[in-house]
Amino acid sequence: MDRREFFKTSGALVVSFSLPAAQALAAAPGKPALVADELDSWIAVLPDGRVNAFFGKMDMGQGLDVAVAQIVAEELDVGFDKVAVLMGDTATSCNQGGASGSTGTSNGARLLRKAAAEARRVLVERAAQKLGTPAAQLRVEDGTVSSAGGKTTYAELVGGRYFHHRVEWNQKVGNPMDIQVPAKPKAPAEYKVVGKPVPRRDVAWKVYGTGEYVTDVRVPGMLHARVIRPPRAACSVRGVDEASVKGIPGVRIVREKDFVAVVAPREWNAVRAARQLKVDWHFEANAFPAMDKLHEHIRQAKVVKREEQLKHGDVEAALKTPGVRVMEAQYEWPFQSHASMGPACAIADVKAGSCTVWTGSQKPHFTRDGVAKLLGLPPEKVRGIWVPGPGSYGRNDAGDAALDAAFISRAVGKPVRVQGMRADGTAWDPKAPASVHRGRAALDASGKVVAYDFMSKGFSRQHIATNESDPADSLLGQALGMTPKGHQIFGSPEESYGFENKRLAWETIAPLVDGCSPLRTSHMRDPVGPEIHFASEQFIDELAHAAGEDPVAFRLRYLTNPRHAAVVKAAAEKAGWSSLGKGRGIAFAERNGTAVAVVAEVEVDRASGRIFAKRFTVAHDCGLIINPLTLRQTIEGNVVQGLSRTLFEEVRFERDSVESVDWASYPILEMQDAPEAIEIVLIDHPEIAPSGAGEPTMRVIPAAVANAFFSATGVRLRRAPLSPERVKAALARA
Amino acid sequence: MASFRFTVDGRPVSVNAQPEMPLLYALRDNLGLRNPHFGCGLAQCGACTVHVNGEPTRSCVLPISAIAGKKVTTIAGLGTPQKPHPLQAAYVAEGVPQCGYCINGWVMTAAAALKKNPKASDAELRDALAGLKCRCGTHVAIMRAIKRAQTELA
Repeated sequence: MDRREFFKTSGALVVSFSLPAAQALAAAPGKPALVADELDSWIAVLPDGRVNAFFGKMDMGQGLDVAVAQIVAEELDVGFDKVAVLMGDTATSCNQGGASGSTGTSNGARLLRKAAAEARRVLVERAAQKLGTPAAQLRVEDGTVSSAGGKTTYAELVGGRYFHHRVEWNQKVGNPMDIQVPAKPKAPAEYKVVGKPVPRRDVAWKVYGTGEYVTDVRVPGMLHARVIRPPRAACSVRGVDEASVKGIPGVRIVREKDFVAVVAPREWNAVRAARQLKVDWHFEANAFPAMDKLHEHIRQAKVVKREEQLKHGDVEAALKTPGVRVMEAQYEWPFQSHASMGPACAIADVKAGSCTVWTGSQKPHFTRDGVAKLLGLPPEKVRGIWVPGPGSYGRNDAGDAALDAAFISRAVGKPVRVQGMRADGTAWDPKAPASVHRGRAALDASGKVVAYDFMSKGFSRQHIATNESDPADSLLGQALGMTPKGHQIFGSPEESYGFENKRLAWETIAPLVDGCSPLRTSHMRDPVGPEIHFASEQFIDELAHAAGEDPVAFRLRYLTNPRHAAVVKAAAEKAGWSSLGKGRGIAFAERNGTAVAVVAEVEVDRASGRIFAKRFTVAHDCGLIINPLTLRQTIEGNVVQGLSRTLFEEVRFERDSVESVDWASYPILEMQDAPEAIEIVLIDHPEIAPSGAGEPTMRVIPAAVANAFFSATGVRLRRAPLSPERVKAALARA
Repeated sequence: MASFRFTVDGRPVSVNAQPEMPLLYALRDNLGLRNPHFGCGLAQCGACTVHVNGEPTRSCVLPISAIAGKKVTTIAGLGTPQKPHPLQAAYVAEGVPQCGYCINGWVMTAAAALKKNPKASDAELRDALAGLKCRCGTHVAIMRAIKRAQTELA
């Protein structure tokens, strides 16, 4: 039985996500240009009264699309089930920045909220004309506008047609894109759909295997490709032995400068060819420091950029005050990999003068821009279509795959599907930067903190840009001789400890390798958040102990922002902090307006060196809560991924190459190490605009676990990850 | 090249391939199925898991020559929205997956574990699920769903 017959008899038909009605509408005459100042770019009413919301960000499995649908349903006064959210297709949505910085709700949905409110205003006005009744006397219920004397519906007013209504766009692209409208969105007190625990829409197809991931996209006539990544850093290609893959059916080699790929009609043959192909690589020896000297390298390296993000009083003078007790500690964080569940996949179909690319990248509009630049096409001739893929957690390998696919498709003149092998996802994704952090503080005789100095030094979090809009930021671009521009940026703790002399600063250093490097750095979920707060929130703990004060009471004594104090109190209270025995730890941080505190309870197995984090209690305040159900699930994922990064994750490398290439050499948390319980206290502030939840909890997990370890053992672990070997060594030293 | 006959989700199929080609490529490329997924190609993560004669098996390393005459079940054959396996129903009720790319490993492994030992304790379940990866960190929800399914099966 061949493939077609199999489908015919099994009923396993390829399901398309595009809604026919939406396509019909898109094809209707008179469609305004897809620009942010057209209301039609955001909201469409279909002939049957259903509503499409066009969203320029992506849900990565945390329910963002559901939140957007709730907000649009709320502002439009239509049923939640009538609202479809179409995401990530550059042909139907404006560039709102993709998934980025937990801004899906704060920035992305904010715009849709205004668009939906404006659509309702316009529709009520048109209904008023039609019904001959003043707008103020009309009421809307589930898309029906009625007065005492008559009624009409959204479908009758605009269904299947366009609003042709302008809104005021702030002329910005990406995360800051916003519009202004005359309509006034509802007050939170009026909410009926927003705030409800509505379940996600992408669960069933994932559970029954009936939907489509980016890896499942198939284009007629497509070839399978594998890219041959260099075995070491800073490699160049001296030659390719074409005879080495002779005999594998249909194989072709694509080579340009230092970029090498193989294609074949059958996927397995592409895999075989990639394994068999002999490439003569030239490389620079000793591109990296020895792994055990990494943090020494960071300490010694020349500072490229320094920024003092906060400066109060005179820290240096206060540290020298006679009679004070000076505390100092240093902390270290390793390189970490996104290590998405599947290596990245993309499909590109380059035709004369145009290209379509299907990508799992969390920023498909920027993918489109990068592909356009790569191929020398105007951006409007490239269509980027996001299809759900393995979770991305930042700038992972997805952007590289998309550009690879476009490049190879052009080279072979056919649609091409690229998927990486495991090492492409683990060894060659851009890494979260390694860093060192130094805390210094002075306590007076009463235990009061009179000076506080916190400094981070590490690789920039944006050696590679956070999106692939410039091919120079991709492995392909670098193999073709382009150099990433790079951007020097790190960060500082986000907190409100009111120490009278206080300085928070950061410094960045140059990347280890200018060219192609498996240790290039970019954004990974909560960029530099775990790094910094692993250090800063442990240091606060160390100060509390030095002052002889309870770590919760110590934080509450100094936190000046009442929302910060509130989450610390809420987490401690819910966890029963005062009645917990040894093995408890607390940490707190803010992230762009979201405050989060967590209490970790750990047990330590001294023989094996394993830390079991049994229970976490999180208190979370992100302003107005749109959907408490999906918010809880998002927080849980952050806790567990954060725990994995805390306990296990470290990119291993030799002098020339990355040795973490798979799950054996880059272990992550498995079920035996998962917490037994995660308690969550959600603090709702309807009067405060929502500020995001995709990342904030990540940053408090490492220090909470390390502080709990100290509580259990009396030993400080100042270097992450808190792996069994390190735990055993630290306990042996104690 | 040789021809290999087996069944997938109850339907007989025949695939022409090199004997050493892993089953995963037969399912995805030759037969055009969307499940299971390629995660590592090394039997280290579980994303490619199917049942072979009822046993959870990593299809990314199993040569197709080992499959002749056997019964392969994918997650789509385990149950359907109309007739879900209790684990699938529990997964939906708990909203477990985030990206969901790992799901074959967890569901197919847990389904087999529950069949062998419906009353498995938490510790036994954790052991049975060793070696599986989930990068989104949905582990706590996975355990909730399995326990919910255990209640259904009890």
